[in-house]
Amino acid sequence: MNSHGDHKMPLSQRPEWSDVTPVPQEDGPNPVLPISLTDDFRETMDYFRAVYLADERSPRALGLTAEAIALNAANYTVWQFRRLILESLEADLHEELDFVDVVASSNSKNYQIWHHRRWAAEKLGAEATSRELEFTKKVFSADAKHYHAWSHRQWVLQALGGWEDELAYCQQLLEVDIFNNSAWNQRYFVITRSPLLGGLETMRDSEVSYTAEAIISKPENESPWRYLRGLFKNDMQSLVNDPQVLSLCLTVLKAENVSHVFALSMLLDLLCHGLQPSEELKNAIRALTSEAGPPGSDLARTVCSVLERVDPMRINYWKWRKSTLPSQVV
Amino acid sequence: MSGSAVGTDSPAAAAETAAATRTVTQKDQWMVESQVFHTYQHYSSLPSKAQFVLLELQRDKHIEFLTKGLRQLGPSFSVLDANRPWLCYWIIHSIALLGDSVDDELEQSAIDFLDRCQDPEGGYGGGPGQASCFSILYLPHLATTYAAVNTLITLGGYRSLSSVNRWSVLMTLKQFIIFSMHHGGEIDVRACYTAISVASALSILDDELVQNVGNYILSCQTYEGGIAGEPGSEAHGGYTFCGFATMLLINEANRLDLARLIDWVVFRQGVEGGFQGRTNKLVVFVFVRVRVYVIVRIQHSLQCNRRKIDQGGVSALMQRLHISLDEHFVVSAAGEGDCSTESTESSVRSDLSEGEQSVEGTSFIVDETRHNREEGHQTDLDRVEGGFRDKPGKSRDHYHTCYCLSGLSVAQYSYSEDADSPPLPCAVLGPYSNLLEPIHPLYNVVLERYYEAYEFFSRR
Repeated sequence: MNSHGDHKMPLSQRPEWSDVTPVPQEDGPNPVLPISLTDDFRETMDYFRAVYLADERSPRALGLTAEAIALNAANYTVWQFRRLILESLEADLHEELDFVDVVASSNSKNYQIWHHRRWAAEKLGAEATSRELEFTKKVFSADAKHYHAWSHRQWVLQALGGWEDELAYCQQLLEVDIFNNSAWNQRYFVITRSPLLGGLETMRDSEVSYTAEAIISKPENESPWRYLRGLFKNDMQSLVNDPQVLSLCLTVLKAENVSHVFALSMLLDLLCHGLQPSEELKNAIRALTSEAGPPGSDLARTVCSVLERVDPMRINYWKWRKSTLPSQVV
Repeated sequence: MSGSAVGTDSPAAAAETAAATRTVTQKDQWMVESQVFHTYQHYSSLPSKAQFVLLELQRDKHIEFLTKGLRQLGPSFSVLDANRPWLCYWIIHSIALLGDSVDDELEQSAIDFLDRCQDPEGGYGGGPGQASCFSILYLPHLATTYAAVNTLITLGGYRSLSSVNRWSVLMTLKQFIIFSMHHGGEIDVRACYTAISVASALSILDDELVQNVGNYILSCQTYEGGIAGEPGSEAHGGYTFCGFATMLLINEANRLDLARLIDWVVFRQGVEGGFQGRTNKLVVFVFVRVRVYVIVRIQHSLQCNRRKIDQGGVSALMQRLHISLDEHFVVSAAGEGDCSTESTESSVRSDLSEGEQSVEGTSFIVDETRHNREEGHQTDLDRVEGGFRDKPGKSRDHYHTCYCLSGLSVAQYSYSEDADSPPLPCAVLGPYSNLLEPIHPLYNVVLERYYEAYEFFSRR
């Protein structure tokens, strides 16, 4: 594969291709969106079409797909045909992953590449596990939120294994950037699906403590608040009854110069699900309002009003929440 | 993003610590915020007449940019050589949104071109003769099919619509979806959306195709409330749109946790006015459409599900509906069937219903064409280039032009109670001439063209 300006010999001049007649693209007489393709591009694709239509699954065809990919890594027909050739030739897929590494270095957001990796790794099975986990780590060192890479990593863990260090890896990423929502998402993935851990309910208490710490250090960080809520998915009663959660909200509410939005939002959910507010909680919320006078019985409504004020971007949402409060709520 | 930790001594000390220990997320966010605020500051410093001019949608320039693309694209587009139906859709849909159309010659060429992309086995490939010679449809093939069908619907007319080999399309869609669901193959939420959208738009949606789609999408709703591309992945704006739209099309939106979904969606709007694709990521233009649409749609969803929106009630989408989401909450909280039918005419028909956020959301988009000028990006200082882009600092392209205009349209019509009456001037940011054509939000084609296609296909 030639790149970086090296002049390739045109295919028409290569003796090993002399028996092949290139097949031009049938764009029609008045094509729309005609792209000014370079001669190199056009010729490579003309030869590709020839081997594709002839279904030639040879080493030279494999090489040609590499050349085509170098010109346009987003052509799925080329990747698809390459897979067929690799299968027919029973090619070494470790080498194939080496090839993909090189292509990925300049095309990391390309769907075809990730799909191809997954295909090769699946065929290799457990042999590919540590390599694929390493590869995605490398991607994260440059972009810790790379969506394709995270999907790939999750697929590897589920299909091939390698869960042992995953929770620790998430921890590491969060130490570097506590706002990294992809890392929080991955943590949730590990907690809920790792065969080496006890499952969500077993892990819940320690995870609540971990999350509470993260929240205290940056109360404006949306990720741990959503994570916290997620720990109690489908089990609102446990959320309402968990003293750590309530205490966390109170701590944040009483602090100055911090964002109260998520704490209030969490409290709203708790109240809507039957939380019986203590005097301490009522006072903390009242301290945020400008209201004087006797304590109103409708604490949830008050919380909504405060949210309308401290989160004006979503004023209509909080108004709507106020209007849809269940009738038994305090 | 510049808060302090609980328990620090003073705001000043906290700020200092914060600056020193800023994470990548915080740094990126800070950069975008400052760029955007610079734009807003500039805007607010102008006299109101100049502001008005600044907000004017540069229709002619956009149409010029778009039409030019249809006629010729430079060599840098070779990376889209396998995706020309997408380019077709982005450009032709954008032109239609601007209320314009391509000339007859270009139109015929487009129809002919897409026909050459059509696979005799079914579906559309990325270019002429690029459709798979093998019977199984591949994922990108599904996407180009979506783009091609939407383009043909946008062009409209007998020749365009009749060129689609519907039943072949259905067969290959089924092969793909059913095979992938069964074998855990190359499926994701976007694939579901493109398949279902195409089938529905062509009036060939059937039970067999739909079978396991709802279950799959349900499994993609994450703990955050949004929807991911695959089960376990992160909640993401684009996939949330795809997932939610699909559930509406197959009449299963009720099965999602709508409360968590809407909570996630509303928090995607950032201080800049735009929307993030994911929690703690940067705002991008394309997600305006997603957000506005999802927010508006959630409020209608329960009602729509009961009315089976696909059948003869397309206009129901645009009708003013009572907030029956209220019922949903009252019922689930009380745990009883006896729900309050008092229809609360909620002031919240969308997060943007009060104009303020809409202004910010849409001005964020419109400003960028002007921002381009202020920054002197183009060589000829008298001209604005046309086209839209992701955010300040990025260059314009057809993809962002398409989705920015789509988002603008949805925002403009989000107050509309009636499909037939045009939005009030207060719904349109800048001069009223900025008004775009309304779209059908589930398919993202101009509404009128959707109606035409619906009439055409449902009779056959």
